[in-house]
Amino acid sequence: MSEHLTVTVDGERATAVPGQTVAALLIGLGRRSWRTTRGDGRPRGVFCGIGVCFDCLVVVNGEPDVRACRRRVADGDAIRVQHGAETPS
Amino acid sequence: MTGHPDAVVVGAGIVGAACAEALGRAGLRVTVVERGAPAGATTASGEGNVLVSDKEPGPELELARSSLRRWPDVLRGAAAVAPDAPDPEWDPKGGLVAALDGGAEEPLTAFAAAQRAAGVDARAIGGDEARDLEPGLSPEAGAAVLYPQDAQLQPVAAATALLAAVRARGGRVRHGTAALGLVRGASGAVAGLRTDRGTIPCGAVVNACGPWSGDFSRLAGAPVDVRPRRGMVLVTAPLPPGTVRRKVYDADYVGAVGAGEADLRTSTVVESTHAGTVLIGSSRQRVGFDDTVRVEVLRAIARKAAALFPALARVPVMRAYGGFRPYTPDHLPVIGEDPRVPGLWHATGHEGAGVGLAAGTGHLLAALVTGAPADTDPHPFRVLRGEEDGRE
Amino acid sequence: MSAPPPVTIVGAGPAGLAAARAAASAGARVRLIDAEPSPGGQYLRGDALAGPHGGAAGQGAHVPDGAEHISDTEVWALEPLPGGGARLHLRSGPADGSGGARTADAPVLVLATGAHDRVLPFPGWDLPGVVTAGAAQALAKSQRTAIGRTAVVAGTGPFLLPVTRSLIGAGARVAAVLEANAPVSGWLRCAGGAAAGFGKFGELVGHTAVLARRRVPYRTRTAVIAAHGDGVLEAVTTVRLDPGWRPLPGTERTIAADALCLGFGFTPRLELAVAAGCATTGGFVRVDAAQATSAPGVFAAGEPTGIGGAALAAAEGEVAGTAAARACGHPVVAPLGALRRVRAGRRFAAALAAAHPLRPGWTRWPRDDTPVCRCEEVTLSDLHAAARSASGGRAFRLASRAGLGLCQGRVCGRNTAELIGLTDDDAQRFDRRPIAVPVRLGDLADGT
Repeated sequence: MSEHLTVTVDGERATAVPGQTVAALLIGLGRRSWRTTRGDGRPRGVFCGIGVCFDCLVVVNGEPDVRACRRRVADGDAIRVQHGAETPS
Repeated sequence: MTGHPDAVVVGAGIVGAACAEALGRAGLRVTVVERGAPAGATTASGEGNVLVSDKEPGPELELARSSLRRWPDVLRGAAAVAPDAPDPEWDPKGGLVAALDGGAEEPLTAFAAAQRAAGVDARAIGGDEARDLEPGLSPEAGAAVLYPQDAQLQPVAAATALLAAVRARGGRVRHGTAALGLVRGASGAVAGLRTDRGTIPCGAVVNACGPWSGDFSRLAGAPVDVRPRRGMVLVTAPLPPGTVRRKVYDADYVGAVGAGEADLRTSTVVESTHAGTVLIGSSRQRVGFDDTVRVEVLRAIARKAAALFPALARVPVMRAYGGFRPYTPDHLPVIGEDPRVPGLWHATGHEGAGVGLAAGTGHLLAALVTGAPADTDPHPFRVLRGEEDGRE
Repeated sequence: MSAPPPVTIVGAGPAGLAAARAAASAGARVRLIDAEPSPGGQYLRGDALAGPHGGAAGQGAHVPDGAEHISDTEVWALEPLPGGGARLHLRSGPADGSGGARTADAPVLVLATGAHDRVLPFPGWDLPGVVTAGAAQALAKSQRTAIGRTAVVAGTGPFLLPVTRSLIGAGARVAAVLEANAPVSGWLRCAGGAAAGFGKFGELVGHTAVLARRRVPYRTRTAVIAAHGDGVLEAVTTVRLDPGWRPLPGTERTIAADALCLGFGFTPRLELAVAAGCATTGGFVRVDAAQATSAPGVFAAGEPTGIGGAALAAAEGEVAGTAAARACGHPVVAPLGALRRVRAGRRFAAALAAAHPLRPGWTRWPRDDTPVCRCEEVTLSDLHAAARSASGGRAFRLASRAGLGLCQGRVCGRNTAELIGLTDDDAQRFDRRPIAVPVRLGDLADGT
């Protein structure tokens, strides 16, 4: 069985596969960066890919500081870019 | 070498740095001796509080008010002679003390009234007004006191800036140099400091060793009762500016500062830093120099912080660090000359308030050493006060 | 008499899995804690995606029957227990979510926490599209995702080859593989008898054959010293290096690429071992012949004890798992084969390491405005300014803010130490992380 997951990325609908990481989903959608640094506003995306560097942070369901390389996509997730430091909503 | 120093300050934390800076500004030739790296121990573990809000009327409040008046000028003066030093991030952000339950309201209001009578700007406000000032504050907070005078600085940068001023005025800072004891002249007075890198002849030695002051005082042959009291702080991930605006704490804070038990005491203190992180303190525990991080302590701090600032409950905590505060049995600093050893001075025992009290301590110590007038009564801080009291 | 305690293992890579199998076959109860949904770690990573070939553990990533596999679980703090071993503070559930905190006591503990890629800083290394070799590998192997269309692989060490192979397998074109050392003759010569019978050797030959077949240019004594692009990687500048890794002027070349995969060896993940009180030497956990650390009841296996690859990690894991079972009171047979493989593996690892050293010339790659600490955006000139005002220790870290961000110095710690010339004591401060993984305040508050 290979059901698909429906999520939103920055408000737009997207489809993911169970087991997929948020980072792989975003790269698959053609995104290379999804965070800006809080100091100089520089773009960042995946760097270490294994949960060590905290560069690929993303906001999932209102919760910021989620490592996109480690977080598995869940059905209905609302995923959006993280601008610098954010607080949970 | 251009001759021997007049005074050697042992300890390059914030108190030692402030004493050395004040002595140097008063015209003395000063050497600072530090066994580790400057500002690397208690000072590097502090939150940088410069507070009047947590002080009850009495000698410590007077020292705090003196310090609060002096800090901006001291930092400006240091920057003038050593402009390349780091920015100490002086921030008169104000403090807010909130009572989380009805039972805490009356003691808080009474405490603030007594402080007002002693000259502190302490404004009683309601819970809604407090939440206007600090939107993340708990809806449970029914009453609060605003302390506009409370300030914060970055303690490592401040100590570094003061030590840079010491150097700029011709003093020396010798780190990696451990003090081993005193050299005493025929009269018994201080004639020098013995270190693991040789003896430094001088007429005055200042014990500013913080939690290790008791150890050094024993090496110096004049024991003072200063002991370590462990504290721990949590650090959150960086948060947007304005998440926490002032230094915000629970009204039970004062009780913990005054307590002397070995048991764990926590009181909630929440404040942001220039780097965007929020510091969440703090605990007080007498466990000697044991530096093990205890999760149970972190948990107790977290539990109370989440109650005070529910908005922080889903914020990541990314670091925890601990340090040792220099604790005295009567919770007052020890500042003055040791009557047993002429030329040995102590400036220590500030517990968790060393950063806040440092500028006033430096001023008072330099005044006592040089015979200049001081703006604070030194008598309550005298050495051996407990022993005198015992004889009376 | 009470039942013997279980053997608790942190990390389900080659070392942790081998420890689990050895402990289980000696009759011990086994708890295997791992951050990922399925076992394998970085090396034995399986295809994680649902579908006909997916959702499976990696080949060889077999959790023994009866072992409790606690997946999706990170250890965010560890405290030594008075009688030996440690109390583990865990959080299970979606990564970096809320809830799922609990505590587990592990009187007998095997730490098999692995390592992560080391990357050296140079201008543009923080551009999106510049990733670690491990990132490219993880995306390709478990997510069927190529990090880019045209990739350059650069760094030093044998890991560059399997990463290249995975990139090709995921559909990327690899424009070049750049090895900063000149190692091929090096390890063929040095490894000598040590290589005989050791699996890794044949594996490397296999990777090389794939490169040759795909006509992927493989250059030695070459590095990327700048990455370019407007908000995303578009091209890299490569340069020839002298034997000390100083760039040779006039040898610059530009290669168009949308992915740059970097690996300069590995940094062991030490924070749990440090929290457990394990003594370290030269940046690695010190262990005896039974993989016991200096902390009672705590064993370590794999990269934290020395970088040596999967085969050595598995051999160490087998030894550690056996010793841990014995510590729980189970009679065991000395794992002579594994002990022999550990000895041979360490010789081979030493030869490989000797062929792939980091040479000091790299410290000339970053410019003054190159970020060294990516989290706090601390540049090289910021580091030098902090070093001038603060003499070391915590004061230096607070003054520079290097290593004070969310990664807690995992990426910048060793680079900062070498760029500034920190003392060993100060360098080791970067490995002290009492909060090993960020935990949300409410979860910290709610635990028991």
